[in-house]
Amino acid sequence: MTWPLFTEWFLPGVWITVQVTLGSAALALLVSFVIGIARSSRLWIVRFAAGCYFEVFRGTSALVFMLWMAFAFPLMFGWVFVPMAAGVVALGLTYGAYGSEIVRGALQSVPAAQREAGIALSFTRAQRLRRIELPQAWPEMVPPFNNLLIELLKGTALVSVISVADMTFAANLSRLASNESAPAYTLLLVAYFVLAFVLTRGMRLVERRAKAGVGQRPEPRRGLRAARKTNPKADAQSAGGVG
Amino acid sequence: MSSDTPNPAETPQDKPRTPEGKPDVPEALAHVNPRVDGSELIRFDRVTKRFGDHVVLDDLEFTVASGKHVTLIGPSGSGKTTILRLLMTLLKPDEGTITVGGRYLTHEERNGKLVPAGEKHIREVRKNIGMVFQQFNLFPNMRVLRNITEAPVHVLGLSKEEAEERARELLELVGLTEHVDKYPTQLSGGQQQRVAIARALAMRPQVLLLDEVTSALDPELVAGVLDVLRDIAHTTDITMLCVTHEMNFARDISDDVLMFNEGRVIESGSPEKMFNDPDHPRTREFLSAVL
Repeated sequence: MTWPLFTEWFLPGVWITVQVTLGSAALALLVSFVIGIARSSRLWIVRFAAGCYFEVFRGTSALVFMLWMAFAFPLMFGWVFVPMAAGVVALGLTYGAYGSEIVRGALQSVPAAQREAGIALSFTRAQRLRRIELPQAWPEMVPPFNNLLIELLKGTALVSVISVADMTFAANLSRLASNESAPAYTLLLVAYFVLAFVLTRGMRLVERRAKAGVGQRPEPRRGLRAARKTNPKADAQSAGGVG
Repeated sequence: MSSDTPNPAETPQDKPRTPEGKPDVPEALAHVNPRVDGSELIRFDRVTKRFGDHVVLDDLEFTVASGKHVTLIGPSGSGKTTILRLLMTLLKPDEGTITVGGRYLTHEERNGKLVPAGEKHIREVRKNIGMVFQQFNLFPNMRVLRNITEAPVHVLGLSKEEAEERARELLELVGLTEHVDKYPTQLSGGQQQRVAIARALAMRPQVLLLDEVTSALDPELVAGVLDVLRDIAHTTDITMLCVTHEMNFARDISDDVLMFNEGRVIESGSPEKMFNDPDHPRTREFLSAVL
């Protein structure tokens, strides 16, 4: 990969990848909660509609859906998406369907006794969901959400197919321009790994905070830095856990 | 623990429970259950509850007068807990009606007909009832103070300050003032149960349901919880329905004891009568097994 290709295409491509990831993650999170909660609704029609959404998006390819959004949707409805928007919407809706399963499962794992305690205090259904069930389900959701987020990051490579200039697009361009595949794709692999690693670290923080929020002691640090921590004062502090 | 509570050994049942004659009412309880006239508060009218083919409650009839402390005893599976869960609307009766304070709990009248109650009606009647569970069921995502204030603020519409003041008074009553800012997981079972009692009382219910509240506790923690409940029983006129295996406690606080067997009340009476000289052979058999 030549230097101009790197600075003019690859680096901006990294930024595009980050943007697509964050944008579709935000959409997917929203969809996850809406569909996930709807799937545990007591009204069968709501459950049914949400179940249909889940089945449809689980059963269709994100790539094909993206192509459909970019090329078929404009023909059918006369409305053209900016390519990046088409990519974000396609990824967000698809991964949101998977995320809804995480939300539904986590809500189900909240003990029935908590629902009963909520009823005994005369909370409405909405209040129970918002104040009791969702906050308790949230720490359960974070680790699977992390997996899904990493999947989503890697899935963003699909947007290169609808000519969004993300880092995969830049690597392809570089291969075509220089006829050298190895450096471009190696760099690309490393770039995805680094981004995924950063996301995982960030989600680890989210998880620790989520657990502290329900009074659970976060797991002790096990990374390289933990071994260095010989200062007993620091240990005592971390053992204090939730403040 | 609440070592500063009045000595429960001093013949508590003899104390009159009229407002004038009450031993010093802790501030936190001053508002509990203001109207007590001995009139009927709870009525089970031909209530049947089945789980599949198993009949848990069989055409059950009984009433509880306001201000009374009633203990339900009987072998496990005799339907005691089911009664509390029906009153808390965690279960619905298959047949029959339940009224609380003259209002139907599970039904409402529309155009002169009795129809299953809507969510709103149930919530309205249910506000008069509080429950303490065997497993405490505190909200692990809230600190102690918020566990107590959450419902008064969001259900009763109290201001946050008002609810917190009420909560602190109740925490003082149950002897846990120093734990306001802890999460439930940081408390012992006995402490959690005392928070749960405070949480139920913060709603100022007319009726307090106690469902085997000490069964899940380590033996050394039971006394602290029972002391708090004795305190509440002896200083307030809150109506209590209590399912317990602590027969001494039942003897202490009860006005009436109902003996259940196979979904029916087979005998009822004052604790003196029930524990010392029961009529029904099944009651004798049961009591000799547990006492």
